[in-house]
Amino acid sequence: MSATTATSRMSSTTRPKPPAGRRGKRDRPQKWGSPVTYFVALLFVGVCVAPVLFIVLGGFRTNAQITTEPAALPSPWVVGNYLDVLKSTMFWGQFANSLVVAIASTVGIVVLGLMVSFVIARYDFKLKGAMYSLFAAGLMFPMVVAITPLYLVIKDLGLVDNLLGVIIPQIAFGLPVTVIILVPFLRAIPNEIEEAAAIDGTSRLGFFFRMVVPLSLPGVVTVGILGFVGSWNNYILPLYILNSQANHTLPLGVQVFSSQYSTDTAKVLAFTSLAMLPALIFFSVFEKRIVGGLTGAVKG
Amino acid sequence: MSNTLGTDTAAGRRPQGAPRAGDADTATSPAPPRAAAHRRGRTRTRLEIAALSAPAIITFLAFVIFPVALAAYYGFYQWKGYGDPTDWVGLNNYRLILTDPAFHDVLWHNGLILVLSLLIQGPLAIALALLLNQRIRGRSTIRVLIFVPYIVSEVIVGTGWSLMLQSNGAVNDLLHRIGLGSLEADWIADPDLAIWTLMAIITWKYIGFAVILMLAGLQSIPDEIFEAAQIDGASYWQIQRRITLPLLGPTIRIWAFLSIIGSLQLFDLVYIIWGQYVSGTAGTSTMAIHMLAQGRNAGNYGYGSAVAVVMFLISLVVALLYQRFVLRRDLRGAVTEGTV
Repeated sequence: MSATTATSRMSSTTRPKPPAGRRGKRDRPQKWGSPVTYFVALLFVGVCVAPVLFIVLGGFRTNAQITTEPAALPSPWVVGNYLDVLKSTMFWGQFANSLVVAIASTVGIVVLGLMVSFVIARYDFKLKGAMYSLFAAGLMFPMVVAITPLYLVIKDLGLVDNLLGVIIPQIAFGLPVTVIILVPFLRAIPNEIEEAAAIDGTSRLGFFFRMVVPLSLPGVVTVGILGFVGSWNNYILPLYILNSQANHTLPLGVQVFSSQYSTDTAKVLAFTSLAMLPALIFFSVFEKRIVGGLTGAVKG
Repeated sequence: MSNTLGTDTAAGRRPQGAPRAGDADTATSPAPPRAAAHRRGRTRTRLEIAALSAPAIITFLAFVIFPVALAAYYGFYQWKGYGDPTDWVGLNNYRLILTDPAFHDVLWHNGLILVLSLLIQGPLAIALALLLNQRIRGRSTIRVLIFVPYIVSEVIVGTGWSLMLQSNGAVNDLLHRIGLGSLEADWIADPDLAIWTLMAIITWKYIGFAVILMLAGLQSIPDEIFEAAQIDGASYWQIQRRITLPLLGPTIRIWAFLSIIGSLQLFDLVYIIWGQYVSGTAGTSTMAIHMLAQGRNAGNYGYGSAVAVVMFLISLVVALLYQRFVLRRDLRGAVTEGTV
């Protein structure tokens, strides 16, 4: 609540510097640093990446290899585990569920968030401040706190074991961050543009679709990515809402798979690797924006 | 943050679209042109406000605020999770919570995780960010790689780590191979070790986020300040202690805030690695796990809801106190900085 409003206010003052100059200065061709620096950096990177590599490489081993020498490299490399997973309809079904849930949640978060942020940023009315505080307060409510009653609400709506039962709450819980990020963007659109549009006979809604949406694109992309990653990784909501295996999303699938095939470690590792691959690919493509979005979200 | 937003695809649009200093101030002044607003008519404007904001507000109220309020309501009942709650017990659930040794345990775990997170991750992240902020090659690749643990979901890293940490798992095998066989241990099940194992995994998972945040903070400090200090003959350590750390203050305080809230609400990792039943005996159970164990598993939903409320109240009080006593300085700074 107010703590978050505080951070958002702060951020708008820490943002102003021209980004290109700053970035350019730091990233220009540089001389090599000291070996100690590289050593520590490599060590750090190694610690971060090694467990993930273990999971990926583990999928290329046999269970016998894993049992006798858990920390060794695959020898020989086997691809059977990966092929088995890739051939299973369960994996692809869960992949599709995750994709549907993530895309629908993202679209919902962006569309609803943009609309309400526009109202908060550009209209002048009594309840404006209350509206902003309401969403800002939402940052204090983790899904875990509300999960049991949330389940009951979903049950009353008949959406248990239905992907919509995951999508709608995810949209709701994604709105606070979205509003906090988008409002400053929309506020920064100069009034002159709106006046010009009004003189040209464009209605406010026309202005919204023709000017606001394109102009706030960087902010929209950021909240979209945050929404997508958050949805893709969400665990507790699918855990409560989705009962049947056909409706599981990948995080749930990983957990169920790993308890069902607990003796087939290699296959579990292959399944887990393939489940994290989409997030990693998505991340490497959008790395700059995700990192930017997170720091932006944190700072305001 | 803004530099990333600006330099990417929509770079050309940034001048209009980007937030600027002092935006917060424009919030209070009537934003759109008044003459135009009058012409358009009030009813029309009200309709637009309602149409644009209703979907978000209704969704938010129905699926965030209402469930939270419902949790507070159920907390006053001895409720089994079906039908309408009938057995009003007033504050009895809360009295039980306060006297429940199991709750004291989970509260202690949450507190320990909170303090250790701050003490381990904070200094480590600042040190690593200072290191990575130097002019070294491959910095952007490093930035991507250290962020990988953060982006991989809790379920996946939890599954991976629990396999590696089994008594016959990769971690023990590795220790054996490099001649540290004496250090082999039952990392997950040993109650003396489990909380430290959890701390190690938490640190591994979230340190990248902290480093990235600190790096962003460091990059927003103007180079001129360092150059001036260097010209004045300040040593590297003097510069870090007197200039970098104070200027990094706001970033550190926001990171600490997020870390505190995250520590209080920790759920996924513990649930995946220790499961719902052994986390208690292993000494890693948290408030959220306790809530679930009492509510969903033991069928004691009234008590579980009360635990949820206590969790929320603790978060809220911590957040408010933090804002009042720690972030206040940043707020005051923000007002003056705005003119720079």
